[in-house]
Amino acid sequence: MSDDRRPRIGVVTFPGSLDDRDALRAVRVMGGEGVELWHADRDLRGVDAVILPGGFSYGDYLRCGAIARFAPIMDEVRGFAEAGGSVVGICNGFQILCEAGLLPGALIRNRQLRFVCRWVDVRVETSVSPLSADLVAGEILRVPVKHGEGQFVASAGDLDRIERDGLVVFRYCSPEGATGGPHNPNGASNAIAGVRNEAGNVVGLMPHPEHAVDPDVGATGGQPMFASLLSSTLARVSAA
Amino acid sequence: MSTSEPLHRQLGLTDDELWSIRSTLGRDPNRDELAMYAVMWSEHCSYKSSKVHLRGLPVEGRSVLVGPGQDAGAVDVGDGIAVVFKLESHSHPSAVEPYQGAATGVGGIVRDVISMGARPIALLDPLRFGPLDQERNRWLFEGVVAGIGGYGNCIGVPTVGGEVQFAPAHTANPTVNVMCVGVAPSERLVTSDREVHEGSLLVLFGAATGRDGIGGVSVLASSTLEDGAGERRPSVQIGDPFAGKLLIEASLELVERDLVEGLQDLGGAGITCAASESASRAGLGAEIDLGAVPLRQPDLEAFEILTSESQERMLAIVHPDRLGDVGAACERWGLSTAVIGRLVRGGGLRATFGGAVVADVPARSLADGPVYTRPMVAPAEAEDAIADDPTFATVTTPPDEAFLAVLGSPNVASKRWVWEQYDSIVQGGTVMPPGADAALVRIEGTLKALALSTDGKGRFGALDPYLGAAHSVAEAARNVACAGATPLAITNCLNFGNPERPEVMWQFAQSVRGIADACRAFETPVTGGNVSFYNESGSSAIWPTPVIGMLGLIEDHRLAVRGGFTGNGCWIYLFGETFAELGGSEFAEVVLGSLTGRPPALDLERERRLHRLLIGAARTDLLESAHDCAEGGIAIALAESAIAGGVGFAVTLPGDQPGHVGLFSESASRAVVSVAPERATELEDAAAKAGVPITRLGETGGPGVVFDGLFETTVAEIAAAYEDAIPKLLAG
Repeated sequence: MSDDRRPRIGVVTFPGSLDDRDALRAVRVMGGEGVELWHADRDLRGVDAVILPGGFSYGDYLRCGAIARFAPIMDEVRGFAEAGGSVVGICNGFQILCEAGLLPGALIRNRQLRFVCRWVDVRVETSVSPLSADLVAGEILRVPVKHGEGQFVASAGDLDRIERDGLVVFRYCSPEGATGGPHNPNGASNAIAGVRNEAGNVVGLMPHPEHAVDPDVGATGGQPMFASLLSSTLARVSAA
Repeated sequence: MSTSEPLHRQLGLTDDELWSIRSTLGRDPNRDELAMYAVMWSEHCSYKSSKVHLRGLPVEGRSVLVGPGQDAGAVDVGDGIAVVFKLESHSHPSAVEPYQGAATGVGGIVRDVISMGARPIALLDPLRFGPLDQERNRWLFEGVVAGIGGYGNCIGVPTVGGEVQFAPAHTANPTVNVMCVGVAPSERLVTSDREVHEGSLLVLFGAATGRDGIGGVSVLASSTLEDGAGERRPSVQIGDPFAGKLLIEASLELVERDLVEGLQDLGGAGITCAASESASRAGLGAEIDLGAVPLRQPDLEAFEILTSESQERMLAIVHPDRLGDVGAACERWGLSTAVIGRLVRGGGLRATFGGAVVADVPARSLADGPVYTRPMVAPAEAEDAIADDPTFATVTTPPDEAFLAVLGSPNVASKRWVWEQYDSIVQGGTVMPPGADAALVRIEGTLKALALSTDGKGRFGALDPYLGAAHSVAEAARNVACAGATPLAITNCLNFGNPERPEVMWQFAQSVRGIADACRAFETPVTGGNVSFYNESGSSAIWPTPVIGMLGLIEDHRLAVRGGFTGNGCWIYLFGETFAELGGSEFAEVVLGSLTGRPPALDLERERRLHRLLIGAARTDLLESAHDCAEGGIAIALAESAIAGGVGFAVTLPGDQPGHVGLFSESASRAVVSVAPERATELEDAAAKAGVPITRLGETGGPGVVFDGLFETTVAEIAAAYEDAIPKLLAG
């Protein structure tokens, strides 16, 4: 980074957020400044990018993410996204972004009807997204998933559009990059692990890159994702 | 339960206990008071049958900060960090309603840890079920696992370990134990030593109080489950993990900001227990206004409010000056607070409702229940079972068939189906996830990590409760030592049948003695625990099931040793010696159909030498892998190391024992390790110095699994047998 300014990455804590501290830690470990944001505030504290972390916001009652999208801070997040700011939704954060209409599709109960926590491989499908800006299509990253409701679905028409417009950012795959079969942990349509919006500044994914930045606790497939987030954020902020 | 019975008997109190209450009060207790004594003097809350035996456990040690008697024990791990941990049973509710029973078990033990002011950082779940070929056992197993996940995954505490075993004796009564581990700065621990003031307020926060779990401890946990257990479903509490998560954050904020004088979770016996313990520990009394308790439904009676076990509630003792801050902190987390009373001079617990006094009893008399020395007798069949030893049986099963049968036995086979349903990585500290001998969890901001293991040797205990319990401690310590960590202290959960039967009481006393002797030998004091009696239906009790929760510490987690082989060309060694000991072994049950015999001998000093060797070898980074040798013997230890590492091996078993003895004997005090060849001499010297026998077995490498002179197979084949066993059984 030419600039010695550290990008300020906000992480929203909703009641029931669980991986908020982990996301803040990952931002720090990767060289950014983590900024705590609170669901009830109407203030993004001047951050350069926003992460909606994993967890069970509001207990996931009603439907995952369905209540969180009405939190006061979500108005700010929506405005920030519309202005081109980078927004990343991880797991429950992905569910919230889909509920809020900021990302296409929806996440339903895993096909096997059980919670699943395991390490998976994902293949990068496009470098157009805050989490993949430094990556090239075809790269394979090892990251963990942990969710009960992570099966990505969309109507036939939406799914066509998602594929046609290149909105799929990550796909579950074998360690060699092949999709399908046992490597899809939740039965997601087209093995979709993460998608972006048309503008390319909002991205959501079920895997947890924040749990894959520290070699002491596992693989490090989250490192290049966070590095992409930091460098693309810095580039955007510097250009502005 | 006949309604013509006098009220005290309907509530589970004996005639003698009623007399004792009368003499304490100098009058007849009223209905509400009787309900309070019934829950507080229940076996679950009072430990009335177990207390005399538990006194024999070693509870003191250099690192112990808080011993038994408080919500959870605490141990000093250096640098001003305290580790709080406790193991508890939720078997009775789980037998009635597996999902909620297990879920509320997690919630309850987590609240025990936060009430000490510690942030929960790990959960472990030791479970016992009947065989999976029966549909009801599959329902219980699937429900309990889903319930543990359903609660644990929603509160942001990783479930990092535990174990699952299956035995016919657990068919009617599954055993569901939950362990929680937390950390706190030592000076911030909320212990009973804290200064608590007269006039301080009792502040209830969290969920509202409902009719769920009324008399849960006396009705469910302190009597056996007979037909019609389903009718007891209203006595099972319902969990709300979202509220549980908010309660964790709010409670820790209160402690971190030093806003409370005391903190108590509401578990068994609800407000009665929390208020009487808070008051009597402070040498004070309490006045409670039941009308101030927020209710979920309007028509609760006084005794229901006093004894409700509604989940997700905590009681804080708050100086009046701090009340505003406490209310604001709770409100930020969306939790309501209510001042339900105050601490007063004297020792009385006085409850009013609608202006009338409904109960007025000495607080201490509730906490100091009766103590029984119940009769004990060794079961007549015990000696016969021991005498019928399978060690010298004629074995016709070829060794490769026996090997696959043992590897695919549900007790041995991979429990991936279970632990993949648990979030094991949240909080970012899980260095060694489930599936290893011990789980390893880093303490944030340090290089230290906690090594955690739960163990209970079912068959050994069924044959010889003393030896089974001692083996359980030994295996738990060995698991921790295999990771390179030093065993520090234990918690335990003692799961048994009906203590009013002398045979059960004998099993209990023997087990406690076994734990005491092993803990003394390993210098791992007992910091607390839980006793769960009445795990029986009809005359069929569960096996004596003392479960040990071991806490170990490694100063630098980067030196931790894993169980999987790391690559080709390492030399494989056995620490310890293999004797002809197949009594109570997995092989004996699975291959010979035998549940009899003499369990392996246990020499506690020999065991301790092995621990020292493993810990020292880890400290000098000598080992590539280390794996405890337990169920299924050397054969299974080697197989698990191969599967975990994805690396094969070729070995020659030592000595001139028959093949099945060498492969499957479960002799104690052994571990299978691997080492880089250039450091083999160093390892041999270390073993000699430690006084541990060491034998070279062979070498790692390739896709093959070779037991020279016995049989050959491949890692891929054994991995499939190991991983597929439980999913196949569940498919029916």
